[in-house]
Formats: sequence, C-alpha cells, structure tokens
Amino acid sequence: MRKMFEEELQELHARFSEMGMMVNEAILKSVKAFVNHDKVLAQEVIDHDHLINEYELKLEKKSFELIALQQPVSTDLRIIVTVLKASSDLERMGDHAVSIAKSTIRVKGNKRVPEIEEQIAEMANIVKTMSDDVLDAYLKNDSAKAKKIAFTDDEVDQHFKKIYSQCVEEMKNDTDIVEGATDYMMVASYLERVGDYVTNICEWIVYLDTGKISELNSNLDE
Amino acid sequence: MTEQNFIIESKDVHLYYGKKEALKGVSLDFMPKEITALIGPSGCGKSTYLRTLNRMNDLIPDVTVTGTIKLNGKDIYSPKMDTVALRKEVGMVFQQPNPFPFSIYDNVAYGLNISGMKDKQKMDEIVEKSLRRAAVWDDVKDKLNKSALSLSGGQQQRVCIARVLAVEPEVILLDEPTSALDPISSAKIESMLVELKERYTIVIVTHNMQQASRISDKTAFFLQGDLIEMGQTRKIFTNPKEQATEDYISGRFG
Repeated sequence: MRKMFEEELQELHARFSEMGMMVNEAILKSVKAFVNHDKVLAQEVIDHDHLINEYELKLEKKSFELIALQQPVSTDLRIIVTVLKASSDLERMGDHAVSIAKSTIRVKGNKRVPEIEEQIAEMANIVKTMSDDVLDAYLKNDSAKAKKIAFTDDEVDQHFKKIYSQCVEEMKNDTDIVEGATDYMMVASYLERVGDYVTNICEWIVYLDTGKISELNSNLDE
Repeated sequence: MTEQNFIIESKDVHLYYGKKEALKGVSLDFMPKEITALIGPSGCGKSTYLRTLNRMNDLIPDVTVTGTIKLNGKDIYSPKMDTVALRKEVGMVFQQPNPFPFSIYDNVAYGLNISGMKDKQKMDEIVEKSLRRAAVWDDVKDKLNKSALSLSGGQQQRVCIARVLAVEPEVILLDEPTSALDPISSAKIESMLVELKERYTIVIVTHNMQQASRISDKTAFFLQGDLIEMGQTRKIFTNPKEQATEDYISGRFG
C-alpha cells in the first residue's frame, strides 16, 4: 500500500516539476520576445498557455484524489499541499508571461526608448533567474535556498520603481511615447508580479521542508 | 508549569512480564479534561501502559511495576491504595463489549449496587443520566429490563461506557473501544467521547490513526516499550519531531 502511495507522490512531484519547466520556458520566451521585438515567439507563448492551465487542473485533480483516498499526514500531506498551492502560483506566472507576450505584439510600431528597454531586459533577467532557481530549490527541497531567492525579489521591486519613474519622465517630455511607455510600465509590473509568485513558491518550499507557514519578503513596508 | 495541573503523573514506569521488560521507563503526564490517544504498533506497550493507570496489570501473575504513578498527587502503587476505589476513580472500557449477563438497568446500576446504594429513585436518575451521557438512552429507554446481551455490539459498548460513568470516575481508560464496531457505531462513540471530555479525563488506545487525529487533544507514540514522542495531536499529525513517529503515522511500518 505504502509503496503504491509513494509512487503516486513521486509521480505528482514529477508532473509538478514538468509544469514548472513549462512555465519557466514561457517566461524565458516572453522576455526574449519582448527584448527582441519578436512577434512570432510572443504568439507561441500565447498559443502554448493552455497546456500550462491543463497541467494545473491535472495536478489539482490528482492532489484531491490522494487526499481523499490516502488521508496523508505530516510530510506526505505537505508534499501534496505544496503542489496544490504552488501549481496555482505557477499557473499565474504563465498568465503573466502571456500578458508580456501580448504587450510585445502591441508594442510593434510604437515609438521606443532603448534605455528603458534595457532596464526591462535587466529586470527580466533577474526574474528569469529567480524562476529557474525556485524550481531547483523545490527539486532539492532546499528551504535555505528558497529564502535566499525570496530575498532577491527586492531587486525586482527596485527595478520596477526605477522603470516606472523613468517612463513617467519620458512621457512628460514626449507625448509620442505615451503608448509605448504605458506598455513598458505594464510589462515591468507583470515581471514584478512574477517575482511575487516566485516568492510565494519559496514560502511553500519552506513549508514543505520545515512545516512552518511563513511570509517571506512581505510587501507591507513598501 | 506547576505539577498540580496534571491529574495523572507517571514517572519512569517500567513493567516486566516475568523477565521481559514491556515498558522501559515511561514518563507521561495527563491534563484533566483532555483526550489523550496512545498509539503505536502492536506490542509497543501502549495497552500495557494504559492498564498501569488503574492497576489492571495486578491481575496478571508475575508482573512487576517500578516507577511512580500518581493520581491527583497520590501514589496509586502505594500499599495503602484501595484498588477497588482506584478503579472507580479510573474506569476502564475494553475492546470487546463486555456487558454482564443481566438487564441493561442492572449493568449500569452494578457499581451503585455493590457500593450499597439503596435509594431506588436516585439510582434510576443515575442510570438514566449515565445512559444519556453514553449516548445510548434513546436506544434502550423502552427496554431497560431486557438483557444487555440482546443489544448490538455498538449499543453494548455504549452501555459498558454508561456502567463506567455511573460510578462517577474522574478518568476513563479505553482500550481500542471501537475496533470491534462498525463505522457508524464507532462514529457515535467518538462524538460521545468528545462530549464526555467536558467532565472526564480520557485516555484511549487506538490503532485507528484517523480516530486519534479526530478526537484527541494529545497523542503519545509508543515503540518497543518506549515513549517516543508526546505532544499536541495537531502537531504530531502535521509535523512530528521524531522520524519514527512520522514513519508510523504515515503508514511506513506498524
């Protein structure tokens, strides 16, 4: 009995990791498409999003089943709860990748500001690294690493603020830039949200490892 | 933390069946009006420990108990202890319902009769109150003079609990009280125990993990004669300290 249950838990873990990799790929592609003004790649992100959503549904269904049929406790329960909660965060991250991709498609033809695009590329790089690292921390069940990742979210927030005020300045100087800069602001805020979801997943990794539900890098004091 | 908070305090309890050491120094205290579940694989000593709490092991030949067990601060293994009085204070319910081959009424009134109660009206009141608290009154109120043996297993077990309640114990010990019962009867006994907790201290041995997690405030995990871990049930079942506890509650052994 126990062996069967363990195989099912292992399976759940593997499917969650796959979903994580798909989401990371979506973020990577949406960022790459934005930086390179690649409309085709952006469309690909949009077209593939339904696969991520289906993964989430499958993971949810399997988790409910395991809870109902196996009545898991302690570590077993935490494994399932982590997948259940973190898969929703992953799914939302996928949605933001789609939003970035949509902005990429819209941004075509707008007047550009290369300095701001550079800033966004830099911010995107940090977010991408965070989402790669968080999957690694999950696979290794490494709560120390998860805490460290959550901490880098501060950098993301700082970039967001900088991009925001830069956009406002540019818009004051040149009204032709309003449409493009509004998109920049939106993309930056999507990236900022992705950073927040990564932080959430970090919290679930800490829970998985230690059993403690914690708030890492709270936004309250901002 | 003052000591008088505990209703039962046990310290370094060893128990030997002949030369075999069945309990290897168990120290465990119980808060009044709480349900404590004792869990662990067969042969771990949990039932043996439960029976030390009202000296039920005295009835087995060649048993030696060392260490101290105090009920309300009084050593229950002192030579001065009256075991009959002790077992009224600390009542016990067993795995198999064991009603006497008397009427339902006489089963519940048994303890009152042997303690010499003559007041019939008072006895009626106590019998009814006990059967009500044991959640079996509605089942039996019209057939109090029928043999208790004519009842279903679940009803018999609740009559046995009423028999314990009639002598107003402080502590109720239950040794796998639902393992011979169907799920509905078990559920009735579980909800009854949670209600009884308002008045009594309850210690229950169970092999049913979900039962322990549903009804108990504290859980103690035994393994091979040792107490491995004791704590809040919600902690034991979500994040126990010891790996052995984790393995047992997750069904990795036992």
